[in-house]
Amino acid sequence: MTKTVLTGVLGAAVLALGASTASAATLDDVKAKGFVQCGVSQGLPGFSNPDADGEWSGMDVDLCRGIAAAIFGDTTAVKFTPLSAKERFTALQSGEVDVLSRNTTWTMSRDTQLGLNFAGVNYYDGQGFMIRTDMNINSALELSGASICTNTGTTTELNVADYFRANNMEYELVAFEKADEVVAAYDAGRCDVYTTDQSGLYAQRLKLTDPGAHKVLPEIISKEPLGPVVRQGDDQWFNIVKWVHNATLNAEELGVTMANVEEMKESENPSIRRLLGTEGEFGADIGLDNDWAAKAIAAIGNYGEIFDRNVGPDTELAIGRGVNALWSQGGLQYAPPIR
Amino acid sequence: MAVTDMGRGVADAPPKVALLNNPKARSWLFQILLGVAVAYLVYSGWVNMNANLQAAGVASGFGFLGKNAGFSVAQSLIDYDQGTSSYGRVYVVGVLNTLIIAVVGIIFATIMGFLLGIARLSNNWIVSRLATSYVEFARNVPLLLQIFIWYFGVLRLLPQPRESLDFGPLGLLNIRGYFAPKPVWGEGGAFVLYALIIGIAIAFGVSRWAYRRQMATGQRFPSLWVGLGAIVGLPLIVFLGLGAPLTWDMPVLGGFRPSGGMTVIPEFIALLVALSTYTAAFIAEIVRAGILGVSKGQSEAAHALGLRQGQNLRLVVIPQALRIIIPPLTSQYLNLTKNSSLAVAIAYPELTSVFAGTALNQTGQAVEIISITMLTYLTFSLLTSAFMNWYNARVALVER
Repeated sequence: MTKTVLTGVLGAAVLALGASTASAATLDDVKAKGFVQCGVSQGLPGFSNPDADGEWSGMDVDLCRGIAAAIFGDTTAVKFTPLSAKERFTALQSGEVDVLSRNTTWTMSRDTQLGLNFAGVNYYDGQGFMIRTDMNINSALELSGASICTNTGTTTELNVADYFRANNMEYELVAFEKADEVVAAYDAGRCDVYTTDQSGLYAQRLKLTDPGAHKVLPEIISKEPLGPVVRQGDDQWFNIVKWVHNATLNAEELGVTMANVEEMKESENPSIRRLLGTEGEFGADIGLDNDWAAKAIAAIGNYGEIFDRNVGPDTELAIGRGVNALWSQGGLQYAPPIR
Repeated sequence: MAVTDMGRGVADAPPKVALLNNPKARSWLFQILLGVAVAYLVYSGWVNMNANLQAAGVASGFGFLGKNAGFSVAQSLIDYDQGTSSYGRVYVVGVLNTLIIAVVGIIFATIMGFLLGIARLSNNWIVSRLATSYVEFARNVPLLLQIFIWYFGVLRLLPQPRESLDFGPLGLLNIRGYFAPKPVWGEGGAFVLYALIIGIAIAFGVSRWAYRRQMATGQRFPSLWVGLGAIVGLPLIVFLGLGAPLTWDMPVLGGFRPSGGMTVIPEFIALLVALSTYTAAFIAEIVRAGILGVSKGQSEAAHALGLRQGQNLRLVVIPQALRIIIPPLTSQYLNLTKNSSLAVAIAYPELTSVFAGTALNQTGQAVEIISITMLTYLTFSLLTSAFMNWYNARVALVER
């Protein structure tokens, strides 16, 4: 009796260990469960932020909705997992989320050591500093001795260390796990300075008790290309995420918008016809329907529309296109052609 | 001889049974099988993990400990240079920050706990009710919430650096922390330390001698006062004799925050207050139980022998109460140490926050870092309980 129980336990254990190694293609998993699990921030206006009803919005959120639309033709076939800066990579590595779209900076070590791949850059950012206007400080070089609040587990933590070391300045670092705690600590005066990506500074400033009493210093001390991340080793899924983003850029370049996507399918322009699936078989190569890009654009619009809707000049954040303009308009946003 | 031995062996041998039915052999067999099964499980788990990490392209191994960390840590007891220090150094900084909060917290919690426990037994109605309500409040509100109350509620009310509370010779207090004067020893400062060590040795010797004399002759000797005199007096004489070689580096209001002196960051203060007030409530209950556990007859007998109330407490009740108190007290100490990891929530840079948090995120080596962190807490706990077990054995009842 004892022996049979023991054998049973052993057998089960071996089976369990064996099963955990297998990992199916992400697209098949996503299709089987019927939605995309998307890792987002815990609340960063303009990028991923829940409203009072728990509806998420923002540029990073739109990318996930675009992916869901490309696969299912349905922007609601996506579930969001709010992650702290600290949790995000583990959540992706362990398969808890299918794609991490959480204002995450693309760096070499993250790309090569974590078993992850960055699928593009949906926002070119740079790290900046915010300070109270009444401190009468006009340059980051006057910050020696300051207390600095930031998020733990971010590139900002490393950049600020490099910057202060390079300029031979002292500082005290106060690093919190949640962005809201950082904002609360800065607002209460625990720190002189709040540092994060500049887009983040503008977004978080809205949460302060008196946003007008704070200003962003002119210095940008780092390159912060933010983009979606997927697990290494699943090229099909990597391609889907990459090309949904590229499709929004190509759409802007070709003048395809959320509103005119249906009539554009009749366009004579071969580039547009290939993008929208009226010509060629590009969808099949990434495991999707041929009108994958048309469905995504119908759902979230082109890159320019996404930008304007979430962070553009008419929103509370009022960020200009700057380096995030298309390459043809002097910016950095550039997508390889669909052909 | 061999023949007789063999003969006896045959005669005394139990009836022959199959090896499989021999209870001893059977139990060995199953022990070995179980051992092999457990070893196999651990081994295959290890192999599986390595294979998965490799397949996922995640870096592994402990090489990262030697790599440059490149981030800053707010509080460090050893030299930490954000440019050149390694992840190994970050680990040591984290361990020391955990240890200091644990040690200081344990001292505060023990003192407060003993006072509260005795206060709960007081005959004074107000004192005992106040102590009771404190204990009931502190131990029934979640610790994390108490940390938040202290950090985000209480300490946030402190003024900005420019309007610091000035305690004169005691330093400055503001929202950036407590800025204490820092002692700077002049020439000959070391002699004061030597005098202190000699003083402690004298006090120790005197108390042993006094104890032996009392055992032998029954005569008492005021060893407490003599010892105190040696510990305080001797260094004081040396200090004054050398012309008081001590100056204080006072914190002064500066551009951003006061400069000079020593800084106690508010995160440390909040965590210390929360941990020690919370744990003190539990210790108070343990102390009360310990004292109530000593039967009333012991005190009555002591009074009948003519011992005063103070002597009764010191010589009769407390030594017996300690036997009841020590084992549960140990688990409170362990709890306090482990609870210090809640500091993650308020940016105090202890082991979990700075090593299992920041370092993990920057390197992405979760398996290694989490294992090191778990082993570290395990070591702390085992060491604490080994010490307390030793102390418990010392105060345990010696049966005669």
